[in-house]
Amino acid sequence: MPLIRKGAEANLYLEDFRDVLHPAGEGKVLVKHRIPKRYRVGELDERLRDSRTVLEARLLSDAKRAGVPTPAIYEVDREETRLVMEFVEGERVKSVLEEMNSSERRKLCELIGRQIARLHLAGIIHGDLTTSNMIRTRDGRVYFIDFGLGEYSSSVEARGVDLHLLKRTLRSTHHRVAEESFEAVVAGYEREFGRKAKEVIRRVEEIERRGRYIAREERSRMR
Amino acid sequence: MTMICLGMEGTAHTFGVGIVDTEGNILANVSRTYDPGMGGIHPREAAQAHAKNARAVVVGALEEAGISLGDVDLVAFSQGPGLGPCLRTVATAARALSAWLGVPILGVNHCVAHVEIGRLSEGAEDPVTLYVSGGNTQVIAFDAGRYRIFGETLDIPVGNCLDVFAREVGLPHPGGPKVEQLARDGRQYIELPYSVKGMDLSFSGLVTEAVRKYREGVKLEDLCYSLQETAFAALVEVTERAVAHTEKKEVMLTGGVAANRRLREMLGLMAEEHGAEFFVPPMSLCADNGAMIAWTGLLAYRHGVRQKLEETVVRQRWRTDEVEIPWRRSSPCR
Repeated sequence: MPLIRKGAEANLYLEDFRDVLHPAGEGKVLVKHRIPKRYRVGELDERLRDSRTVLEARLLSDAKRAGVPTPAIYEVDREETRLVMEFVEGERVKSVLEEMNSSERRKLCELIGRQIARLHLAGIIHGDLTTSNMIRTRDGRVYFIDFGLGEYSSSVEARGVDLHLLKRTLRSTHHRVAEESFEAVVAGYEREFGRKAKEVIRRVEEIERRGRYIAREERSRMR
Repeated sequence: MTMICLGMEGTAHTFGVGIVDTEGNILANVSRTYDPGMGGIHPREAAQAHAKNARAVVVGALEEAGISLGDVDLVAFSQGPGLGPCLRTVATAARALSAWLGVPILGVNHCVAHVEIGRLSEGAEDPVTLYVSGGNTQVIAFDAGRYRIFGETLDIPVGNCLDVFAREVGLPHPGGPKVEQLARDGRQYIELPYSVKGMDLSFSGLVTEAVRKYREGVKLEDLCYSLQETAFAALVEVTERAVAHTEKKEVMLTGGVAANRRLREMLGLMAEEHGAEFFVPPMSLCADNGAMIAWTGLLAYRHGVRQKLEETVVRQRWRTDEVEIPWRRSSPCR
């Protein structure tokens, strides 16, 4: 079982479809396993791992329904607190954003902005919008992955924090193109979200002024 | 040349004076704590208690250190964050002392001081610190020149959560130790709200629900047990995320709630799972104390930090991550 990432909360494994799900299947699947924690009492440990596994599966599938590409969920194994999902092949936005020319970049960022608006309109907060959590496939679609810090909320504050996080990530990871990229994200967001987008964008600026989220982009990358 | 610093702490209900030299020797660490009885801390009453105790505590510290006032080269004080009246009382005492002695004065961030005294006493180099008390709940780690907050409470501190619960169910002050004691006889885990939002924590819903369950007739021992298990699991989880993210190999627990054995055990288990060393300073240095203020004052002074008198104005909401830390080189975070 090749472990591809060990987080604080879960381990990620890349496995063959036929081994995990069905012998007739082909290709790879991703298995996200929430591991038991010795430090917390058994009942609480089970409750947390179970509810988070279910929540993440719901968020992923509701996001897809809202028109945002996400990995398909093949299995929600509540017994083992594992999610088995589609392994999305493509490149992380993180590694391509600075390589492309500026009109391509603008298009990509507008698409990202539109997709964030779709999530928000569906009452979904991603909770960890970094360019590492977006995968561009060969056909030009952008998959949002890892809803492990996500939640259901329609508050302006939650939406603002969600977008603010992306802004901070752009500034820290893609300094050279951060401003134009975020501008394009906002343009896409406003187009999709409609009139009330202004309120969210204003909140992003307010959150930034508060300074409360200074190291936020680092903090929420942790798992 | 060795310098001696007298540090005054008084951000909440404890007034403390510590005397420390530049070698890191803690020559004295004396304190008096205002007992609010059943009602919780009243800031002005606590401040008045500090004013009343100041002289005796300073004299006691000088005696313990075996020095006289004339040997003091620097006066440091807790400039914030904390309760306004308490901060102003201590700042006033510190200004008076520094003016009278003709030595420099330096205001110190209380939360940074908790971390620094732990590093000194335990020999930890670069820990992820869980700082938990009646007034603060923060996960702190050094990165790029400052102590960054990797997680904090969005509403009440965890010590306050335990105290409020204790008060509501009629346990005497201080509530934390009482809750811990009763929790040992708890047998059944009762489901309570667990609130970790991203990196942040929330405890107000937890305490409300625990009190509600008590009034419904749930056994107090079981509630104390469940309250601790739930609150501490959240603390440890947020600390764990910081450890996983920063890949630091040290974990430290400090603040008044560090006295709790169950919290120590849980955090220790987590540290072990991540191959990190685990530190808890002695309680005299975990609780609010003057030595931590004196030591941090010395660190800052030695690295060129100076304050004019008008810069000693108290800062009730002074955040940990606003403080420049010139005495530490940037650490290998990641």
